[in-house]
Amino acid sequence: MSAERLRGVLEQAERLARDTSLQAVRSWKERTAGLAVGFMPIYVPRELLHSQGVLPVGVIGGGDEIEIIRGDAYYQSYICHIPRSTIELGLDGSLDCLDGMIFPAICDVIRNLSGVWKLEFPDKLSRYLDVPQNFDPAIGGRFYRDELESLSRDLTARGAGPYDPRALRSSIEIYNAQRRLVEDLYALRRDEPWKVPTTELYTLLRAGLVVPPEELSEMLRDYLSAVHEDAARKPMDQARVVLIGSFCEQPPLGLIKTLERSGCYIVDDDLVQVHRFVRGDVALEGDPLDNLVGAFLAQAVDSPTRYAAAGDNGRATVERVRRSGAEGVLFCAPSFCDPALLDQPMAVRAMERAGIPWTAFKYSENGGQFQVIREQAGTFADSIKLWSEASP
Amino acid sequence: MTAPGDRSAAPARKDDSQLRQKRMMAEHYGRLARSPRTGEKNVYTFVPGNLTELVRSFDLLPVLPEINALQSAMRGKSREYISTAEKLGHSEDVCTYVKCDVGMLKSGNVGPTGEPLPNPDLLLLSYTGCFTFMKWFEILRQEYDCPVVMLHVPYQGDGEITDAMRRYVVGQLRDVVIPALEKLSGKRYDEDRLRGMLALSAQAEDDLVWVLKSAAHRPSPIDAYFGGVYYIGPMFTAFRGTPEAADYYRALRREVQERIDQGRGPVTPDGEMSAERFRVVVEGPPNWTHFREFWKMFADEGAVVVASTYTKVGGVFDFGFRHDPSRPLETLAEYCMGCYTNLHLPGRVEMLCRYLEDYSADGLLVNSIKSCNSFSAGQLRILREVERRTGRPAGFIESDLVDPRYFSAANIKNRLESYFQMLAHRRGAA
Repeated sequence: MSAERLRGVLEQAERLARDTSLQAVRSWKERTAGLAVGFMPIYVPRELLHSQGVLPVGVIGGGDEIEIIRGDAYYQSYICHIPRSTIELGLDGSLDCLDGMIFPAICDVIRNLSGVWKLEFPDKLSRYLDVPQNFDPAIGGRFYRDELESLSRDLTARGAGPYDPRALRSSIEIYNAQRRLVEDLYALRRDEPWKVPTTELYTLLRAGLVVPPEELSEMLRDYLSAVHEDAARKPMDQARVVLIGSFCEQPPLGLIKTLERSGCYIVDDDLVQVHRFVRGDVALEGDPLDNLVGAFLAQAVDSPTRYAAAGDNGRATVERVRRSGAEGVLFCAPSFCDPALLDQPMAVRAMERAGIPWTAFKYSENGGQFQVIREQAGTFADSIKLWSEASP
Repeated sequence: MTAPGDRSAAPARKDDSQLRQKRMMAEHYGRLARSPRTGEKNVYTFVPGNLTELVRSFDLLPVLPEINALQSAMRGKSREYISTAEKLGHSEDVCTYVKCDVGMLKSGNVGPTGEPLPNPDLLLLSYTGCFTFMKWFEILRQEYDCPVVMLHVPYQGDGEITDAMRRYVVGQLRDVVIPALEKLSGKRYDEDRLRGMLALSAQAEDDLVWVLKSAAHRPSPIDAYFGGVYYIGPMFTAFRGTPEAADYYRALRREVQERIDQGRGPVTPDGEMSAERFRVVVEGPPNWTHFREFWKMFADEGAVVVASTYTKVGGVFDFGFRHDPSRPLETLAEYCMGCYTNLHLPGRVEMLCRYLEDYSADGLLVNSIKSCNSFSAGQLRILREVERRTGRPAGFIESDLVDPRYFSAANIKNRLESYFQMLAHRRGAA
């Protein structure tokens, strides 16, 4: 029974994760007549959209699902892949069910894509969402609150419901529940990685980008319950690694499979980071918009896209390695990704200071040749296992 | 495609302004080199969104790592510096200014005059219009182990500066940046002194804009790209708010007026351009490793750049903005937010269209820089939009800021020649 349920959840997740033409979003719009607004990585306050009756839809490029025909005419070869596949999806009509797009401030490529979108789709909402790099509530917090109020007004002007603090509180509650389930998923993978292959976790998280939060929560509950009961999943002698750098353009599923087959248990990662960008619950007491602002300022994960005010780049990764009991780090960044690649030398330095083994490689979302990475990751995993055996 | 008659005939001769700016820059670098002995403190910061007046109002000296990187490229040092940084683990995919700077630091931090630059006393991270800036100073902070102060300048995502954006920047200036400068310099913030410097800035800005707009004449007395970055613009960033800068721009204006009166074209690497054949607008930074060769590719064709966007990364003044001494912090905030790379793409398109019109240009040329996503991402869409709106042809070339591996002279020359040939044909057909 549980195997059947598990298969059902995974099939549903895979269908949704591969749904670049957003059939699930189209159905939702037909059912509800609500607005659907896309957002790029890595974080937007989905609670606010949800509270105004808007379906937040994560747009993370076309992956290896689509052929790039027109997108390459928009971007030079030395720019990462995600903007060209996203514009391809926009031009081929895959995203036409979206009433707008939000481009959060994470790098110059996504920033400029907001302008390309304005030029290309002048009738749609195209919203650049600036987020503060000053984390003082009186300065950066005030600015971010102004940004959120302005975003809320933009949504209302497009037909969304007006800002309602009670509705926002309720949406925060729904997303808090989802965050806890995602954390449960990560905790189970950390403790028993053979029960939660990252290919499955990744598929579920990607699926969650195109459905309402309640639906993802249901899928996660079903999945967790099914894998807990699945006695067929047995431990293997794999190296425990943390995967770092894949927070924006997402790796192809084949790459994740390759890493697992090469002998790695991924026990922590920054994949599809919107689900885990805020750590813990957003507060429910008090002004809900202030609570969203406060969560961004004080509860966000350390990310290469956020100013490291304390000058301790890499510290968070070291802590994640310790917390997850990992034995090494895979720096796995998309080619030409400024945030990940500019941060990497500092993070590497932190790993070396902490004596944590690491290796690094790059990918593109539509890459299909993983042999070299398989050999590299396999050698890395083997070396970790050998060292582990040698140690007392 | 080069007609002999189009070549510059006059011997290369530097204008007074070029010699004067060279002297001023050398003095500045000399002062920096002496600073460990004299006790003068410095602040490393960036060209876009630079707070030169504020920094100088505390008697602190600005150091601009981008300028150091491009100077290293012009001195033929950048290849080695970039290689040093890449060996240390910096990716081949990222900004070469950063890698050049890191390599320079690891090689003794020798500045353009051959003397060592001082280590930063403070990194003023003016995070304006370029994501890389943030990571650059995070890297430098680890290398130098020195304090850093962040000024986050919000992007004009909707093409406007809102009250919220202004309040945010002013709040940071007042509560974060000024206290850090006070601490470093041991001096109190002197708003009257800052106002005086901003008044001098506005005066220089009037003259700078006059010089830039002189390119509307035929022939243009200046090259607003190569000349723009060589002797018109750089002074502006490092010296804004000083009497020397105001004097410099007043003198430059007189010099350009003289050229206009005499019907003379701009200075080129081989001397004065004798016949202006093409007038183009350029989008994107230049290549610095082959600067002279790159400039000559234009000059040899009789092509003069009448307006450029790169010369606006340190501030857009030709559409009316002036520093306003009566609102010192607000005006600094507006200056920062108005820099070219902080404008959204539709705003960049509008600016380019206006330049093509105002300067009677034949077309647009985009020099797309491999390692500058702030400029390059979206440029192909900009190009098509400008062509669509103006009906004037656009050309596209690719190079890099300071990495000589990405300057393919034959390829670029070939593309430029084809482009100019096309302009000539269109003109003939018209």
